[in-house]
Amino acid sequence: MTLSKKRALTAYGFLALPLLYFVAVRFAPMLYLTVMSATNWGLFNKKIKFVGIDNFAKIFADPVFLKSFGNTAIYTLVGTPAVIVLGLVFALELDKIRKYQAGFRLIYALPYITPVVAVSWVWRWMFQQPPFGVIDALLVSLGIPAQGFLNDPREALFCVVAVNVWVELGYCVIIFLAGIQTVPPQLVEAARIDGASERKITRRIILPLLRPITLFLVVMEAIQFLRIFTQVYNMSYQAQGGPLDSTKSAALFIYEKAFTNFDMGTAAAASLVLFAVIMVVTLLQLKFFDKKMDY
Amino acid sequence: MKRALIVLAIAATFAVTTFAEDVHIVYWQYFYQSKVDTIDLLIKQFEAKNPGITVEQVTFPYESYNQKLAAAIPAGEGPELVNLYYGWLPLYVKAGYLAELPKDSFGSEYFKKTYYNFVEQSAQFDGKYYAAPTAVRTLALIWNKNLFKQAGLDPNTPPKTLEELQSYAKKLSKYDNQGNLVQAGLAMQPNGQGHCWIREVLFRQFGATPYSANNMKVTYASPEGVSAFKWYTDLIVKDKVGYPNFGTDDVTAFVAQKVAMNIDGSFRIGTLNAVKGLDWGAAELPTYKGVKGNFASYWTHGIVAGTSGKKLDASVKFLKFITSPEAQELWLKNVGELPATPALSAAHKDDPYVSVFLKGLASAHATAYVDEAGQRKILVDAVDQVSLSKKDPGDVLKDAASKEQKLIDDFWK
Repeated sequence: MTLSKKRALTAYGFLALPLLYFVAVRFAPMLYLTVMSATNWGLFNKKIKFVGIDNFAKIFADPVFLKSFGNTAIYTLVGTPAVIVLGLVFALELDKIRKYQAGFRLIYALPYITPVVAVSWVWRWMFQQPPFGVIDALLVSLGIPAQGFLNDPREALFCVVAVNVWVELGYCVIIFLAGIQTVPPQLVEAARIDGASERKITRRIILPLLRPITLFLVVMEAIQFLRIFTQVYNMSYQAQGGPLDSTKSAALFIYEKAFTNFDMGTAAAASLVLFAVIMVVTLLQLKFFDKKMDY
Repeated sequence: MKRALIVLAIAATFAVTTFAEDVHIVYWQYFYQSKVDTIDLLIKQFEAKNPGITVEQVTFPYESYNQKLAAAIPAGEGPELVNLYYGWLPLYVKAGYLAELPKDSFGSEYFKKTYYNFVEQSAQFDGKYYAAPTAVRTLALIWNKNLFKQAGLDPNTPPKTLEELQSYAKKLSKYDNQGNLVQAGLAMQPNGQGHCWIREVLFRQFGATPYSANNMKVTYASPEGVSAFKWYTDLIVKDKVGYPNFGTDDVTAFVAQKVAMNIDGSFRIGTLNAVKGLDWGAAELPTYKGVKGNFASYWTHGIVAGTSGKKLDASVKFLKFITSPEAQELWLKNVGELPATPALSAAHKDDPYVSVFLKGLASAHATAYVDEAGQRKILVDAVDQVSLSKKDPGDVLKDAASKEQKLIDDFWK
């Protein structure tokens, strides 16, 4: 056996273990789920029958399923751009500060490292209506009418988005900041000597060089918003994604089907739909952003 | 040598008794401090009376309790005895997860003699009994005496009719200068006990029948039902005396003394008595045109299907013990829920809190749920559609009835 073959074998040996793990805890359950989505599997059904595409027909006729997937689209389409743009702006500004930068970074990262359940509950209390909620108290003292927030079907979803943006912002700022700091300083200096304005440097040098990091964050944040669950579960009354299903996300719909109605077949079908959506969105993003870089 | 032999003999006797006689059974319920403590106490008494049987209590948070049960029992990982809400029984019985209670100790005679009529009926499926409760609960009007005083009302005279309830609620509501409700006259919490109050009390008081006699048809969307529903939603929309989730929920807001009146269950007596500085009273639910009404419900104990041999015998013994008159008395004292045996109630007709909930039993109905969570959500959403989406109560109630009809049809399909 040659040395290179031996090396390859060693590499495969090391890779086999995580691969085995992935097959056992990811791929096998996914296959099982795919099969089960074509059955009437339920915790209260003793005889499991093959039902073909009935489960898919059932969920696509279910207004709550459509509503929850529609909500998920809004979460993603509003939340992802918001957190990316804000993260970038904050990181660019933060990069200009030299003093206490570590302290500021910590402040922005704090929401991200706080448990989501705690964050959700504290915001839920702050969003309460008079005489309980802090935010409404502030509005009232400024003479602005108190808002329904989580109790208003038109506002509740955006309250959840806002909280999640606030949480994810810290993560984006840190990653962007790391990216900005890898930009070769000679490029920036050369541009400055050539008389380029700061704005131009940002637009023509820093932003293009940040493209791979932006792609990474867009993909990660989009997936994060597509699978949003914990925030909705904790910020809606009795974890039902209310009021009137206005905050219910796809993941919460799946959870309810599986663990409130015990209808596992339908939940499996809905999971597959969510999986397909996430995959398509991710592939599109990769295609859109993944252009060759040239300095 | 002799001593050693004696020791050996004693050890052998112990070993034989422990290996041959010991039966270990497991009891599950959700976590509610006073209930858990009372069961622990009952287990101690039971084990003292029944050497060789050990009982273990396992508890889960209320939010995930039904999920734990539904996942564990089909997988064969469940306990021998489970505590269930009566509204979940149909689902469990239909799926075959509960064992029929043995006829010799829990037969029809026994049920009719021991329990209230509504218990006997809702624990029975095709003439077989599947669960026996320790206690039952009803609803009452509870009110905050301090807030009554502040509003210039007599703290010892609660409203007796729905008309009075409405006018009291208006007097007890407070608003800020923007018109936001800052103190609710009446808690409007359909996802608490509110949906039961609408379903079994208000509908009937206004002359509607919520369900057909065999419980297969939803019949509350009649003109009388609509007027009852409209009366309820008008309190939110027109009178603005309260709204769903005001101050998180009705109980939290009542304890915080931000709600003057609430419709709540007898299981709350213990909780509310423990709150310092809360002076509260309980009264029978308000009448309407002389018609009384109430909603009765209960948590009950069942034996999981597949339990057999000594474990089954021990489970039946334990079930008999925790539903015995002594256990019912202890339950009333510690938890506040009413004895499930009518004869035991007579002794408590002078207790200011207990008597009120007891009186409610005379006019109480228990809903024959097929899917308690699903049916609850339909009425909760119906109220939200009127209060938040400003839809017409009549249209909303008709829509709710057809949704609930579909749930019932799907269940019996």
